[in-house]
Amino acid sequence: MNESVVSENLSALEVSSLSFRFPGKLALDNVSLSVLTGTFSVLLGANGAGKTTLYSLVTRLYNTNQGDIKILGHDLYRHSSQALKQIGVVFQRPTLDLDLTVLQNLNYHASLHGLGGSEAGQRIQSALARHDLSDFSGKKINQLSGGQRRRVELARALLHQPKLLLLDEATVGLDIQSRKDFISHVRKLCSEEGVGVLWSTHLVDEVQNSDHLVVLDNGKVLKAGVVGDVLAELDVDNVGDAFSILTNKH
Amino acid sequence: MSASHYFRCLYGIIVREGLRFVNQRGRFFSALVRPLVWLFIFAAGFRSVLGISIIPPYETYILYEEYITPGLVGMILLFNGMQSSLSMVYDREMGSMRVLLVSPLPRWYLLTCKLLAGVSVAILQAYVFLAIAWFWEIRPPLMGYIAVFPALLLAGLMLGALGLLLSSFIKQLENFAGVMNFVIFPMFFASSALYPLWKIRDASIPLFNVCSYNPFTHAVEVIRFALYGDFNLYATGFVVVALIIFLGAAIFGYDPARGLMVRKTGGPA
Repeated sequence: MNESVVSENLSALEVSSLSFRFPGKLALDNVSLSVLTGTFSVLLGANGAGKTTLYSLVTRLYNTNQGDIKILGHDLYRHSSQALKQIGVVFQRPTLDLDLTVLQNLNYHASLHGLGGSEAGQRIQSALARHDLSDFSGKKINQLSGGQRRRVELARALLHQPKLLLLDEATVGLDIQSRKDFISHVRKLCSEEGVGVLWSTHLVDEVQNSDHLVVLDNGKVLKAGVVGDVLAELDVDNVGDAFSILTNKH
Repeated sequence: MSASHYFRCLYGIIVREGLRFVNQRGRFFSALVRPLVWLFIFAAGFRSVLGISIIPPYETYILYEEYITPGLVGMILLFNGMQSSLSMVYDREMGSMRVLLVSPLPRWYLLTCKLLAGVSVAILQAYVFLAIAWFWEIRPPLMGYIAVFPALLLAGLMLGALGLLLSSFIKQLENFAGVMNFVIFPMFFASSALYPLWKIRDASIPLFNVCSYNPFTHAVEVIRFALYGDFNLYATGFVVVALIIFLGAAIFGYDPARGLMVRKTGGPA
């Protein structure tokens, strides 16, 4: 994929007619959505709406033959390697090795993505600096605060320079200030580096008017569009009211 | 994906496993203490009770300690294989397994890397055990220490693959105690690790049959023959076939499209 092409707000993620069933429960029902490079998309839904299931499908932890997922134009099931190469993920639950240092965790991730030697070293140093983690590189993860751990996860997710960043309720467990800092940090990365971000949350105060919003409820997409347009269409002035109207309608 | 990507991935997974191992020194010592207790206490006590006749690969009468040493090396590999299984379940519970599985290389390769990483640690433990056993007068020919390496690798891979397969069945860490009771102990005791098969046949034909089809018996025999510079084709073939079956089933178990993980969690609507 040509870098210059990617920078023109192409579709980083295209999900079409995706369905998935857990035993006894339809978790996703004909879900379609898209995320453009350089845009911040919010997947808003209550607990159990199907957000994490969607992330598990987009990262190929789960599989389904009902629907299509394309990442930067690569079909996830037919060209998994090409597609997964483009994804950086911050999972809802922390996935760092607690007994390893920040540096060791980043080195491990670099090797999984085929980065080695001086290239990996440079990227890690630059990631540490960019995420204000340079002073903690030799510390074990279990010595870091929740906010610092999240920053390490973010640094790790971006190490291989993905074009699509998936964050699944990434602010869970953070205090108010750490949450604000973290989300503004991700927004900055999105605008400065052209990464397409899909941010899942159940917290309406994490949504801004310029974001692209996808409201998910009981496995169905109820509404999708730029937040400002959605609010205007529903004739409300905040996302909380819009969410209530949409989910009550449903 | 380039060859260097594959190599770096393997290297990274082995380094991570090594670092975790170094951080958990208790794991290293407990892995060593277990066979050493068997060697120093059990074998010494049973020396006079269990006489061993001349059976291949031995060319003369041997002490019981010498007989059970390959079995105890196998025990290290067996426990390590199951430890890897435990570590996979732990990784899954802690979420770090996700990081591995969403990386771009094929899943079969990632699981094989994980397997090789676990076996590398087990082989290191096996050599440390053999070094300590040397001071206990268990002294196979020097060439045996080199010849046993591929045998350790093969047996370790087979037992690790079994651990990998089990980890695809086990949903939670708490369920791991069952592995101890239903896999490790039966495999170890119903094998040629502690007594030669002809002695078992004399005692019970059904038990002999069980032991004969136990892959761990053949893993021990591969190690035993290699340690004395010999080669057991039948046992090697048995271990290779078991490795292919276990690894194939484990890869199937972890396949997001078909495996056991999907059956437990869900599938297409």
